[in-house]
Amino acid sequence: MSEFEQLYREVILDHYKAPRNHGVLEPHDAIAEGQNPLCGDEVTVSVRFGDGDVIEDVGFEGRGCAISQAATSMLTDLVKGRTAAEVSAMPKDELLDEIGIPLTPVRLKCALLGLGVLKVALHKAKGTPLPEEWGTSAGEITLS
Amino acid sequence: MASTTVPALDAHRLRADFAVFEELIGGRPVAYLDSASSTQKPRQVLDRMRTFYEHEYANVHRGVYRLSERATEGFEAARRTVAGLLNAPSEREVVFTRSATEAINLIAYAWGLDNLGPGDVVVITELEHHANFVPWQYIAQRTGASFRHIPIDDHGELQLDALDGLAREGRIKVVANNLVSNTLGTINPVETLAAWAHDQGAIMVVDAAQAAPHRVVDVQALGADFVAISSHKLCGPSGVGALWGRREILEAMSPFNLGGEMIRSVGLDRTTFNELPHKFEAGTPAIAEAVGFGAAIDYVTDIGLEAIERHEHALVEQAMTALEEIPWIRVFGPPVDRRAGIVSFDVEGIHPHDVAQILDWEGVAVRAGHHCTQPLMTRLGVAATTRASFYLYSIPEEIDRLVAGLHKVKASLG
Repeated sequence: MSEFEQLYREVILDHYKAPRNHGVLEPHDAIAEGQNPLCGDEVTVSVRFGDGDVIEDVGFEGRGCAISQAATSMLTDLVKGRTAAEVSAMPKDELLDEIGIPLTPVRLKCALLGLGVLKVALHKAKGTPLPEEWGTSAGEITLS
Repeated sequence: MASTTVPALDAHRLRADFAVFEELIGGRPVAYLDSASSTQKPRQVLDRMRTFYEHEYANVHRGVYRLSERATEGFEAARRTVAGLLNAPSEREVVFTRSATEAINLIAYAWGLDNLGPGDVVVITELEHHANFVPWQYIAQRTGASFRHIPIDDHGELQLDALDGLAREGRIKVVANNLVSNTLGTINPVETLAAWAHDQGAIMVVDAAQAAPHRVVDVQALGADFVAISSHKLCGPSGVGALWGRREILEAMSPFNLGGEMIRSVGLDRTTFNELPHKFEAGTPAIAEAVGFGAAIDYVTDIGLEAIERHEHALVEQAMTALEEIPWIRVFGPPVDRRAGIVSFDVEGIHPHDVAQILDWEGVAVRAGHHCTQPLMTRLGVAATTRASFYLYSIPEEIDRLVAGLHKVKASLG
C-alpha cells in the first residue's frame, strides 16, 4: 500500500468528498465552534436532543483538510443515539480506531478537532465535562 | 533589484556547506522549501559554536579570569557583527533577545506601557506576522490606546491612501510593519511609512525577521526607530535574536526583564539600571547562540546579500511563472518585481494540509497553514495557504520537484 493509500484510504476520501450530516441543524439545542490553532481550520457542530440527553441529530460545517473533515463526518455517524454523558466521556481512541490510519501529532489535532468541538457544545447545553485538552480559556484580548 | 555587477552565487556549491542536504528521507534528499520558517545551518556556524564551547566558553561580563574574557569578547564581537549587518550607528544600540518576537515584545512592553494611553493610536498592517500584531493589540488594550491597521489591496500591497484617514483618528504613536511579509513576500514601503510616522510624532517599529537574511537592511536608510531580527532565519541557531533601537529612545525607556546583568547597583530600597545595551539583557544570555548568530551573519555577508537577493529573485520568478501556468493554482501576493523569495498559493479544492502531506511524500517540504498571519488569511478569504520559500541554497531543480509534486496532488485528491 502506498503512503497515499495508507493516509487517504477509501473511507476517508468518501467521507471527505461526501460528508455525512453536513450543515448546521436548525433549530438546534446545542452548538459550538472551534479552530485548530495550528492551521486556522474551523468546525461548527450543532446538536438536537431527543428524549432527555439522547443525541437525536447532529450536523457540522467547517473548512479544513481531508482528515479533519472526514473525521468529523465519521464522528457524527458515531454519536447519534448516544447520550450527552456517554459522548462527553467517549475516549478519543474510539474515533481514532474508526479513522483507522496512523496519524502524526499534527494530523492527530486535525482528526480530533470535531470531537473537541462536539464536547464543548454538549458542555454548554448539558454541563457535561469539557475535554481535558480544551480546558477553560486562558483569556483574550478584546478591544472596545 | 541588485545591479548586474553583483557576482552570482553558486547554490550547488554552497549546498556542500549544509550536511542536511546529504540526508535522505524516504530514499531521497529533501527539497527544502520552508526557509521563511527557518533556515538550515552551514558547517561554518556549527563549527564556530563548537569551537566556542570547547575553547572560549564561560559566562559573560562576570569573571575576571581569562576564559571569561574570551567568552565576553566572542559575545561582544557578535554584537558588533549584528551592528554591522544593520548599519547601526553604535553597537550599544544592539540588544540581544531570545528572538525577533521577544524584541518586539520588549518595545511593546517597555516603551508601550509608558507611552500609550487613551486617544493614542497604534497602527499595524493587515499583513503583519502575529509577532508584530498581537503584542501591540495587547498593549493597546492594556493602555486604552486605539489599534488600527493599514489595509492591503488584492495584490497584498499596503494601501497607503488609508494613512490620512488613520491620522484623523487620534495621536498616532506607533507604526509597526514588517519589511517583508512572511506569507506573501511583499516588500513593504517602510521608508515611506517611517517618514509618515515621524510626521505624526510616532515611532517606527520594523520587523525585519523576514528581510535581513535576504537583502540589505540599513536601519539608518530605513529611517526606523526599532528593527527586530532573528538568527534562525539567517543560517544561525534558534534561541537568539536582536533588537536595534535608536539610542535616545532606548536610554529613556524603562527596562523589560529585570534581574542580574541589567543592574548597576541593587539595594534594599533602591536599584539602578545598567547602561545600554545591558539594561535590556537581564540574566545569562544565549551566549554560544549569539556567537553562532555572528558566524551566520559572516557566512551570509561573505556570500553577499545582493547576490542572495538576486538568486532568490530568479527562483521566485521561476516558481511564479510555473505556478501561474497551472489553471487550478492561484498565487497570492504582488508581482515578482515587488516580492522577496516567497510564494503562497491555493490549490483549487484541496486543503493546504493535504497538499503539504502529499508533497512530503514526494520529498518536498513546504509550509501549510496560516503562517502566523490570521488577519491576512481573513483578508484573502482562506483559512490557510501553501507556501514555498527560498534561500541561498535553494536550486531550480527543487522548484521543478514542487511543480511535479503539485500535479501528483491534483491527480490524487483533485
